Amino acid sequence: MQKRNISPNNFEQCVKCAICTDFCPVLKVLPDYPGPKHAGPDGERLRLKNALFFDSNLKYCLNCKRCEVVCPSGVRIADIIHSARDRYGDIHPSLRDRMLANTDAMGSLATPFAPVVNGTLGLGVTKSVMDGVLKIDHRRTFPKYTGRKFTSWFRREAASLQDAYFRQVSYFHGCYVNYNYPQLGKDFVRVMNALGYGVQLLDKEKCCGVAMMSGGMFDAARRNARINLASVASAAKEGRVTLTTSSTCTLTMREEYPGVLGIDNEMVREDILLAVRFIYEAIEKGEAKVAFRPDFKARAAYHVPCHQEKLGWGLFTRALMELIPGMELVPLDSNCCGIAGTYGFKKENYERSQQIGQALFDDIARVGPDYVICECETCKWQIEMSTGVEVRNPISVLAEALDLPATAALNQRTNFALKEVQS
Amino acid sequence: MQEMLKEYDVIIIGGGITGAGTARDCALRGLKVLLIERRDIADGATGRNHGLLHSGARYAVKDGESARECIVENRILRRIAPHCIEDTQGLFITLPEDEETGYGLDYQKKFIEACRTAGIEAEAMDPREAIRWEPSVNPRLIGAVKVPDGSVDPFKLCAANVLDARLHGADILTYTEVLSLVKEDDTVRGVRVRDSRTGETAEYHARVTVNAAGIWGQAIVQMAGARIAMFPAKGALLVFAHRVNNVVINRCRKSADGDILVPGDTVTVIGTTSTKIPFEACDDLHVTPDEVELLLREGSQLCPALASTRILRAYAGVRPLVASDDDPTGRSISRGIVCLDHATRDGIEGFVTITGGKLMTYRLMAEMATDTVCAKLGVAVPCATATTPLPRTIERDFPAGSPDGMLVCECENVTLGEIRSAVARFDIHSLADLRRRTRIGMGTCQGTYCIRKAAAALAEAQGRPADAERLAREYLDERWKGMMPVGWGDTLREMEFMQKVFKAGAPSTFK
Repeated sequence: MQKRNISPNNFEQCVKCAICTDFCPVLKVLPDYPGPKHAGPDGERLRLKNALFFDSNLKYCLNCKRCEVVCPSGVRIADIIHSARDRYGDIHPSLRDRMLANTDAMGSLATPFAPVVNGTLGLGVTKSVMDGVLKIDHRRTFPKYTGRKFTSWFRREAASLQDAYFRQVSYFHGCYVNYNYPQLGKDFVRVMNALGYGVQLLDKEKCCGVAMMSGGMFDAARRNARINLASVASAAKEGRVTLTTSSTCTLTMREEYPGVLGIDNEMVREDILLAVRFIYEAIEKGEAKVAFRPDFKARAAYHVPCHQEKLGWGLFTRALMELIPGMELVPLDSNCCGIAGTYGFKKENYERSQQIGQALFDDIARVGPDYVICECETCKWQIEMSTGVEVRNPISVLAEALDLPATAALNQRTNFALKEVQS
Repeated sequence: MQEMLKEYDVIIIGGGITGAGTARDCALRGLKVLLIERRDIADGATGRNHGLLHSGARYAVKDGESARECIVENRILRRIAPHCIEDTQGLFITLPEDEETGYGLDYQKKFIEACRTAGIEAEAMDPREAIRWEPSVNPRLIGAVKVPDGSVDPFKLCAANVLDARLHGADILTYTEVLSLVKEDDTVRGVRVRDSRTGETAEYHARVTVNAAGIWGQAIVQMAGARIAMFPAKGALLVFAHRVNNVVINRCRKSADGDILVPGDTVTVIGTTSTKIPFEACDDLHVTPDEVELLLREGSQLCPALASTRILRAYAGVRPLVASDDDPTGRSISRGIVCLDHATRDGIEGFVTITGGKLMTYRLMAEMATDTVCAKLGVAVPCATATTPLPRTIERDFPAGSPDGMLVCECENVTLGEIRSAVARFDIHSLADLRRRTRIGMGTCQGTYCIRKAAAALAEAQGRPADAERLAREYLDERWKGMMPVGWGDTLREMEFMQKVFKAGAPSTFK
């Protein structure tokens, strides 16, 4: 008889309990949206019968994956919706969608002219042109481009010091660290070095592709996926696990490469890890020792980004942050911030994006923390813009809370003194 | 509680596809028609088959006449009932092991030849091309032949015939059981019936009575004082939870169990088996574990994905086969059409039996029966059913956002408007009746999610809102029966979920 009746896209494992519909943040503010159950497993059956059942409203899916988190049947609802957009949608990405999706190209173009670009992006006249011509909402604050890419800094300031460490990791920095916020990457390198790990860049790193997928450019995303997986594999061959500081890049490479793009990553999936998880586990196993600064003091709220919820790794961040003496950590209720990557930048989504995030904004206002901790860069933009409260990556918090020289001394296993990276 | 006497030209017993088609044909020829069905239309064998629009290729080698009938009717149905048909096309595949049993590529040549002789377009297809065309097909195939198979929605087709009969003046009585035939000497004058819901009896007279009751027609013939030996052959089928294939897949060999895979609407159906059953068993069919295993095993040969695809339910029907008159053992079975004028056969006037045949040839059967009726009545109007399009059964296009556009069944995309339209046009007493008109509750959840909504809508449309809970329970009982034989894996989870959801209201099965 049937030993295992799990169909490849497992949509028929849905028992129609509709709990996903209850947890969908889009449905709460857009009642006409079909909702995850009907857009996902129900819709998939109908689309298999006739592609005309494809509903263009599927583009309103945030891909927050809350439906998948709550599904008791393990149905990959958001993947089904995403794949349907790929297979059935008549997708002609606009210039705007291409610009928002091609983070690598835009970042490389903008970096040399960062002061000008940043100044221009902040100007009212630019915003109204972008709003009118490109349909990028004028109320949106743009993340700033950096004048010096993370990779340029790394090659000049850090690369030569890394081989001295007796154990090694690779770093998938992502577009955000490279083009917008190299400080996070620098914090990561300093923390890992202190813990006794040398950091290497991947042979080749491309944008994980998440923005391309939400812009409908699935084939471009596939090209990037293959390059990234090959790089992770070659690092793994040399005994290096690949660490990340962005929950979304991580989820994309681990879950969406196979689930949405149909690219098998089984061989290297477990080699892609968020740094917080790796560090917490290393500390717990006694492989890394930590010494904290006695004068550190902070009251922080922890917002678990949707993709971190899906990974189920928010617990590692929480546990790691709670190791810090002087840290008062307040976990926030689990809510989507509403930006969902490039979704909230699009003019037609702006209002909805803010409505979805309102519950989170209210919660942050209620807690009134010094800052919010969160592993996702787009959540950071959204929360900072909407609440005025600063958002920090847990790795940056760790970099501040650790007594780095003392930690380095605890983890030193060579006979010569290691030089600390200057950032 | 008698007796509202009404006079008809013809009374037709049986609201399956044959009776519905005959009622329509008679009505189109201007006769005054009464159609009587003991339950709901399309409740018997009509609603319990593959829904295959045969090209006739299956019969081409062994029975050229049936093959010819099929392809002619296939083309007619595509013209007159495009809304009931999906032009999927079909494949007959040859697997390496078929060489050993004498059904290899030599047989394929013979098969193509026989198809062409019968007038069926049959084209050999390169196996690689066949895989590209239908990716779910067994990739081990060594030969493929493309034929004009399709799939047909038998519920819709039957309902369209009933509706068109009524539009041409026919009266339709469902849930009305024939108690006996009214006979004067050797002439059948009509029927005595009982309304199975109210228990009221009535008598209807007609100049000719047509027995189109399928397997149950054996009892009707007995009522007339004659006898016919029906041969009840049960066929079991499995419904897979989604559409696995888009092309009908057959095995290119002698007809056997589980060798046809038909994509129909949102699902795929594998069938069938063939087992003689006692006549008494016809009203309560159960699919056995052996049948399920056999269908899965054979089905996986056509399409390996079936081995890992969720099975929604199992069901079975009874073929109305007729044993030859001179063979009481039933060994010599005809699958052809049997149209009996009991005047010449048994000396009984005013009584015609139309039986045998298959869904595919219902229109031809109806034409033959109606020709016989017209000859008796001296009516010379020619048959027009081959060229007159069938009407749509219910209205389906309701704008989203309007009250009628509200989705009730999310698995099968059935709106409130469709339910209201079905209730307005057809005699609907249960959610199973509504299911046969709209596909409500036929999807993955088998009604768990939507059935209370549907029950409320139906009860309200009938003006008996208090009935909703009873309607829902009856429906779930019937769904449960079909899920039981395949109750493992996710179907079992679904059943348990159904139980949990409805425990409070406890349908009888769940107590």
